[in-house]
Amino acid sequence: MNILVFVETSEGKVRKASLEAIAYAHAMRGTTTAIALGKADAAELQALGKYGAAKVLHASDPKLDEHVPQVYSSVLAKAMQDENADLLLLANSSLGTPVAAKVAIKTGASFVSNVTELPDLSSGFTVKRSIYTGKAFAHVAMTGAKKVITLKKNAAEAKETGGNAQVVAYAATLNQADFNTKTLSTEKATGDILLPEAEIVVSGGRGMKGPEHWGILENLAKALHAATGCSKPVSDMGWRPHHEHVGQTGVKVAPQLYIAIGISGAIQHLAGVNSSKCIVVINKDADAPFFKAADYGIVGDAFEVVPKLTEAILASK
Amino acid sequence: MKILVCVSNVPDTTSKIAFSDNNTKLDTNGVQFIIGPYDDYALARAVELKETAGASVTVINVGLVETEPTIRKALAIGADDAIRVNAFPTDSLFVAAQIAEQAKGYDLILMGRESIDFNGGVVHAMVGEMLGIPSVSPVMKLDINGTKATMTIEIEGGKEQVEANLPLVAGCQEPIAEWKIPNMRGIMSARTKPLKVVEAKSVEVTSVNKSFELPAPKGAVKMISADNVAELVTRLKTEAKVL
Ligand SMILES: Cc1cc2nc3c(=O)[nH]c(=O)nc-3n(C[C@H](O)[C@H](O)[C@H](O)COP(=O)(O)OP(=O)(O)OC[C@H]3O[C@@H](n4cnc5c(N)ncnc54)[C@H](O)[C@@H]3O)c2cc1C
Ligand SMILES: Nc1ncnc2c1ncn2[C@@H]1O[C@H](COP(=O)(O)O)[C@@H](O)[C@H]1O
Repeated sequence: MNILVFVETSEGKVRKASLEAIAYAHAMRGTTTAIALGKADAAELQALGKYGAAKVLHASDPKLDEHVPQVYSSVLAKAMQDENADLLLLANSSLGTPVAAKVAIKTGASFVSNVTELPDLSSGFTVKRSIYTGKAFAHVAMTGAKKVITLKKNAAEAKETGGNAQVVAYAATLNQADFNTKTLSTEKATGDILLPEAEIVVSGGRGMKGPEHWGILENLAKALHAATGCSKPVSDMGWRPHHEHVGQTGVKVAPQLYIAIGISGAIQHLAGVNSSKCIVVINKDADAPFFKAADYGIVGDAFEVVPKLTEAILASK
Repeated sequence: MKILVCVSNVPDTTSKIAFSDNNTKLDTNGVQFIIGPYDDYALARAVELKETAGASVTVINVGLVETEPTIRKALAIGADDAIRVNAFPTDSLFVAAQIAEQAKGYDLILMGRESIDFNGGVVHAMVGEMLGIPSVSPVMKLDINGTKATMTIEIEGGKEQVEANLPLVAGCQEPIAEWKIPNMRGIMSARTKPLKVVEAKSVEVTSVNKSFELPAPKGAVKMISADNVAELVTRLKTEAKVL
């Protein structure tokens, strides 16, 4: 099977979710071609070979530096054709998901988003996808000859296996009419670990009492190389930026470790964290519903427990 | 300006999900259905634009007759009329094709960033593609000036200001507008507002839900004393192996 993987970059750096997509293609034993659009670090592109890409295409036209979904989808639909790809894989993201949907329509491919595991090929091509915000899964049969799939975090493990890949320039044909949205400005938290990709998340709720107390959470996050998250009321009250709010109406995270501090565990919050491998809850109320969804729990005052935990982590290094 | 708002009919966010018929159907016993929470933001912004810029607001739902209470609620919140495409929404492509069929002639097509049942987050992109017009999501702020829309969208770890011309499809999320609660007058007038039922166009479906599954139940929580946080660190390292 010929598999084309869209490699998403941010400031030229390859997103970790895209490495997982390449690992997914590799695990399917497909002939894996990766494609990056716009500014991308050459060494990072070569290194995609280590995760299983046999070849890396790079369309470096600076017009592709702006992430216009319509433009990206036209380029990828054409690349699928050029590379004779049976399957296009993308990571779920604010860019990847709409691009995937548009490519599927342009190419008439079967399309499924939010896929969580390798496909079952025992009879046809069936994928497992997350539904009801992580509360359930669906097994979906894809019957089209061509397929487009977006992957949820952890659908495959990004492991280094091979060596560097050859990077080949790809001449993208750009159609002026596709530039139908214009980015005026971008505001990005720099240097921080991106919440949707973080392996460890330290999250705070209303129990933290106010934004001035976030320092102890940030210290813990720093000790763990974690991203920080929060509950919805915390971002509603402006204690933390909106893009940190986790849950049904916010970011869905899937880290190895989620540490919830002063969060009660409302079902809408749990919907955003239920794909975490391990959940630790710190809450002063032993009856907080979050404990039922946790792997480890500590009943105690966050203002005492969290600094002690940070110390214990630093001491254990 | 003519605005079309797409509303899904989904289980309330607090619903416990279960399946029946050998895991092939959602068990709707005891499940309360609501307007999708993101769709509610889209509707609220549409009603604001109607009040401030003089727009007409039509709501559309792809669903069987049991979704009509949800549609009436959208009318009570302030939409002028409604369309129900009479078909079970089997997948995003099918839904998008039905919406695109009805959406011609609208200046602004507002949706939620994602439905909370199938969480595709794709119907807006598909409708935009089918109609050959821009689609933008997730939109946190939307201003219309003549035929131009200026938007703030959320990206991983930040925000972007984006501009596009109408007609346009936008997938909405907070804080684009405050959710609106229907008042008594709205509820009364919703009963007589026009609700047109149309038959679905046929669409070739190439992804089919075969069965559903619930996640494996979580083991019991292990409690650790607040006086012994070092034990937590040890357990995370040796037992859970996540550090
Ligand atoms: C449609 C809809 C969508 C929603 N979407 C989301 C969503 O995406 N994400 C989300 O988070 N919420 C969402 N909510 C809101 C959700 O229902 C809860 O209201 C919210 O998650 C509660 O936030 P919280 O746990 O921070 O606050 P609270 O429920 O007030 O809990 C605070 C907790 O802190 C504990 N505490 C207090 N002081 C201390 C201390 N000193 N030390 C330790 N613990 C302490 C308390 O015991 C309590 O358990 C949504 C609601 C609706 C209706
Ligand atoms: N059955 C439906 N009828 C009308 N609109 C829908 C339907 N399903 C989804 N939508 C709209 O499409 C948006 C995105 O849905 P999805 O791509 O399924 O996550 C939702 O927020 C709704 O606004």
